[in-house]
Order: sequence, then structure tokens, then C-alpha cells
Amino acid sequence: MTEKRKQEKTNTSNENKRAEGMKRRTVLKALAGVPVAGLLGFEILRKTNYEADKRKQIVRELGLDDIEFPKMDYGNAKPSGDLIRLGFIGFGTRARQLSHALGFMHPTDTESWKKRKLLNDWLQQEYLNVAITGICDVFDEHAQNGIDTASNKVRPGGDGAAALPVKRYRTYHEMLADDSIDAVLIATPDHHHARIAIDAAKAGKHIYCEKSVALKEDELNELYETVKQSGVVFQLGHQITQSIVFKQAKEIIKRNLLGKITLVETTSNRNTASGAWIRHLDAKGNPKPGNEQTIDWKQWLGEAPYAPFSADRYYNWTKWFDYDSGMIGQLFTHEFDAVNQLLRIGIPKSVMSSGGIYYWKDNREMPDSLHCVFEYPDKDLTLMYSGNLASSRGRGRVFMGHDGSMELGNNAIITADRNSTRYAEGIQSGVIDPSAPMISFNPEAGQIDAVSSASERYYASRGLTTTTVNGRRIDVTHLHVREWINCIRNGNEPSANIEMAYEEGIACIMAHQSYVEKRMVQWDEVNRKIV
Amino acid sequence: MKYETNYTKLQTYSLVLLRWLIGWHILYEGIAKLLNPDWSSLGFLQQAQGIMSGFAGWVTSHPTVLSTVDFLNTWGLIAIGVGLLLGICARTAAWAGAILVFTYYLTCPPLIGVEYARPVDGNNLIVDKTLFESIALVVLAVFPTSAVVGLDAIIQRLRTRRNGGVK
Repeated sequence: MTEKRKQEKTNTSNENKRAEGMKRRTVLKALAGVPVAGLLGFEILRKTNYEADKRKQIVRELGLDDIEFPKMDYGNAKPSGDLIRLGFIGFGTRARQLSHALGFMHPTDTESWKKRKLLNDWLQQEYLNVAITGICDVFDEHAQNGIDTASNKVRPGGDGAAALPVKRYRTYHEMLADDSIDAVLIATPDHHHARIAIDAAKAGKHIYCEKSVALKEDELNELYETVKQSGVVFQLGHQITQSIVFKQAKEIIKRNLLGKITLVETTSNRNTASGAWIRHLDAKGNPKPGNEQTIDWKQWLGEAPYAPFSADRYYNWTKWFDYDSGMIGQLFTHEFDAVNQLLRIGIPKSVMSSGGIYYWKDNREMPDSLHCVFEYPDKDLTLMYSGNLASSRGRGRVFMGHDGSMELGNNAIITADRNSTRYAEGIQSGVIDPSAPMISFNPEAGQIDAVSSASERYYASRGLTTTTVNGRRIDVTHLHVREWINCIRNGNEPSANIEMAYEEGIACIMAHQSYVEKRMVQWDEVNRKIV
Repeated sequence: MKYETNYTKLQTYSLVLLRWLIGWHILYEGIAKLLNPDWSSLGFLQQAQGIMSGFAGWVTSHPTVLSTVDFLNTWGLIAIGVGLLLGICARTAAWAGAILVFTYYLTCPPLIGVEYARPVDGNNLIVDKTLFESIALVVLAVFPTSAVVGLDAIIQRLRTRRNGGVK
């Protein structure tokens, strides 16, 4: 071996050594990220355990270990049973909304919903296997809107959806006499509701009736008896209790998490002309259509005292007591239903109302500031209602108990009371913080959110406009009409049945009477009448 | 994929530290979404303003598109996070991350007169932490370190060896 070759060999082995050494270092450096990833994994595990523990602690403290929330079958059911043929009595704004809930939309609405990117969501709505085959309205334009809506082929169910001819009826009597109508939706001004519903029940038609159910006690009694005897499925037009949050709130009440509830406060605030029922002008400020030639005024008045035709009365009927009971009939009805569905309070022992016309000083009879106190001495409970049409400050709907309170809107926020007996230990030990919501229900999540982070707390304090079922946003009115349709098919009782409607109707008539007569109104339970 | 670096040690390790921190953040964002079965981008997308609002509206109005976006987003974040943290295809991960995070920024940019119902982290005017993160990812893509600290070092070496030994 020459010196040169020896030298080369040494060089090579040195290089190899260097290469091996570099390899070890390279591998070590290459893997340097692994322990960092391991640390992240460890921290994630710690965080998950911590949150699970904290949640478990609160859940155990509240006895919610075994809580189960009703899973809705929404969207799973295939359209079942026979096609149900529906007739609309009254086709104004509310009827348009009800049509949407049933799966029908006016062509101009389909266009605007498409532009607002809402149409696709709506087309995913469950197909109810119903057809609107009859429209009755005293105003030609509204009747035509109804026909166009019922005939529009752009709808959930697509081409498979039933397409039947749509007929216009001049009077609701004609519609009720027609055997090809199975069920009716009553969406007229309120003074017609009870009379039409009574006649519909007599004709054996199932009824979806918008609130208020009745303006007069004798009409309400007659309706109650007639529906009871006829066996038709009656649903009063409320929708908020269909929200998934309501079903969760029901569980909270059932488990007595709030302790003894002695006060429920309900409110409604609005601050617009439209919110104060001034609606005879369109968006551009021009008078809406309609005159004595196109509106059957005599039929519109019905059994109400005669008044000459005016667009003001036609569009803004809520302002007069002949057609409605103002905020009680339009707004408090929903509040009463919400509370009654949760607490089954029934008819109050007494009602005292007061208020006045303090802001909208037009020709109205209805007060724009109104406060009613409903007493339930047998249940140790006061229900309060306070409404105002000149401030839009949100005041919520709050159930107040000794151990906690629940604010219930589109979400439910439960806060422990700082002087609660039940949670005293939990508050002392720091598990429960009475200054922040103890539990909230996130309707988007559909589960208890016991550990409320800052952002979750924030969401809970806001409202959501629709409910979420199995991850889909659903219109609550759709769920309400769907329940009615399902009950027609399977003979079950809907949630806002005639019993609930009767209790609500009596409570509202008492509140209205108290305002008008400026005195406390009582319920005579023995003779079942208002005194 | 081979690239040479001539950074000083301090430069290298500063960049590696930045890569790890962003990798950690992005990986945890992905895993947190994976661990929460109720997570959805719906709320975020509903808030969309500006040039992304049309796209966001399209996504939210199609349930299948929304769930696809949710799936891709969650796993995309996880893949990018792992790439940055362990240094696997770190340059690609950094570019992908920069683009993804920049779309978040574009969806809800803190512009004057644009308001969001969602809680905002800190006080932001045009520039926010999302924009920072996106640009930091661009920096990481332009100044790669995974061939020194990261599994890319091994990958690169194996590849070089296959192509005819150390040169």
C-alpha cells in the first residue's frame, strides 16, 4: 500500500466517521419536534380531563347526571299517511308565513329569498305531504296571493310534491261545506277566530287557529265545547315553545333546579310604527292597495259593530277593541303559552291590568304601555306581564325561584341564586358561581354547557332566531304546523290544544276586561266564569 | 425539496421556535374542533363580511357543503399543525397554513365600520392576530428550517442517498 493510498483510506474512514456523527446529530435534530408534539398531547389530555371533571362536578351538584333531552325525529320521517288538503281562511302576512312553514311560498318571496340566499335552506325543510287547495279572503289581492302561493312549484318535496288545483272561496262557509278540504288554517283578524273555528269544528275540519283564540268569554266557551265534542285536532298558533331550548327548559323545571318559583316576569318591548300596528303604508310610504271595490267590507266586519270602510281599520285593526285586544292578544298570548307550557299554571285567580296610550297618540283604543298582574294563590305564584311600544329595550322572560333563576328566550340561561339554600355548599366551595350563568343551553349544540367560557356566555346572552334540530336550522312555526299535521295523521294531542287555548283565552279576556273596566277581575272556579 | 440554509444558529432556532409555536396553535385548533362533536364553522361563516361573504353564504346555505368545509378545515388544520411541529413537508404546510389563515382573516376582517356579534380578541384596526399568523407562516415558508430541525432532514437525506449518495 502506497503512502498515498494509505492517506486516502484514512481520509475515507474519517469522512465516514464524520458522516456517522452527523447522522446521529441530524436524527436528533430531525426529531426535536416530537417531544414538543408530545407536550401538546399531554396538555390536551390535561385540559380535557380538567373540563370533564369540572362539568361532572356541576352536573353532579345539580343532579343532572341522568338527564336526557328529547331527541327530535325531525328530518328522519318520510312523509307518511294520506295527503292532507288544507284551506286558508284569511291570507295576509301571517298566512304567508304559515305557508312557508307548510312548504309553500309566493313566487315573489322565492325570488327575494333566493337573492338573500335563504331559499336553499328552506327547500331542505321537511316535506309534510300536504296541499293547499282552498283560499278564502275578503280582499281579491290577498286571495290571489294565496292562489299563487299554493300553486308555486318551487317547494320542498320538489317534483314529487302533490300538485292539486287551488280554489278560491268567497266565504268561509263555502269552504267549510266542501268535502275536498280536510283541515283549515284560520289567519284572519282576531274578531273572526272563534266564530270560524266553531263552524269549522262543526263541519269536522281540523283547525290551526292563530291567536287570540277568542275575544269574548261566551264564544270561547262555545268553541271549547264544540271542539271537545267534534274530536277535530285543534292547534293554537304559537310557535316559540317548539324551540329545542324549550324542551330543555321543561327538564330544568321538572328537576326543580330553580327551587320554588314564586314570580315569572314576561315582557315585550317594541319601538316602531309597524310594531305599534301602524301598517297601512308600504315600505316606500305609499298607501297599501285595497278599497271597497276589492274588499268585501261587510264580510270583513263580520259580527263586529258597523264602521265605514277605511284602510286604517282594514290594515291596522289591532288598534281597536272590536277586532282585537291589542298587546294582550298579539303579544302576551305567546308569553302565557310559554309559561303555561312549562309550569301548567292554568287560569289565574285574579288579574289586574293598568296602562295607557302614552306615545302613539293616534285614533287607537289599545294602550301602548300595558302591565298585567296575574295571581295564582293556589300555586304561590305571580305572573307579570309588562309591554311597551315606545322602547325596544329587551327585558326577557324570567322565571324566579328561591335557588335560581332562568332567563328563557331563544336560549335558556340558568343562574344560581346567591342566597340559595340548595346551592349554598356549592357556592361556598366555589363550584358554583352565582354571578355568572350556572348552565346555559346552546341550541346549536343541543347539550348542557355547564362550563361556560367567556364566548359561550356571550352567546347565551344573545338570542338566536331559529332553533337547531340535529345540526339544522329550522323555523319554529314549521315545527308547530308539522306537529298539528302529525296529530291529524296519528290522532295525538298537539301541544297548544283546546285545553291550553281555553286557559290562555280566559287569562287574556280577564286581563283585557281588567284594563277596560279599571278593576281587578276574578275567576269563579266553581261556576267557571269571569266575575 | 432540497434546500440549503446558511442561517446562524440563533437565526435557525428563532425560526424553529416560531414554527413550533404556530404549529402548536394550529394543531390544537384542529384537535379542539375534532374533540368537540358540536363544532361547526356555521357561526363564524354567518358573520362573514367583505369579499368572502358571498362564498360564506353559499357554504352556509348548503348543509353538505358546510359539513365538507368543516371536515376539510379540521383535518387541514391538523395536517398543517403536524407538518409545522414535526417538520414534515414543513414548507408546503407553511404555505397552506398561510393561505388558510389568510382566508379566515378575509372572512372577518377588522375594518372600520364592520362589526361582528362574535367576541373579538383585543383591539384591532385592519391588522389583527390572524393576519399576523398568516404572514408569519409566509416567513416560515420563505425561511425554511425543517431540513435542519425536523423530519424533513431525514426525508431529504434518504432521498439524496437513493439518488446516488452524499454529494
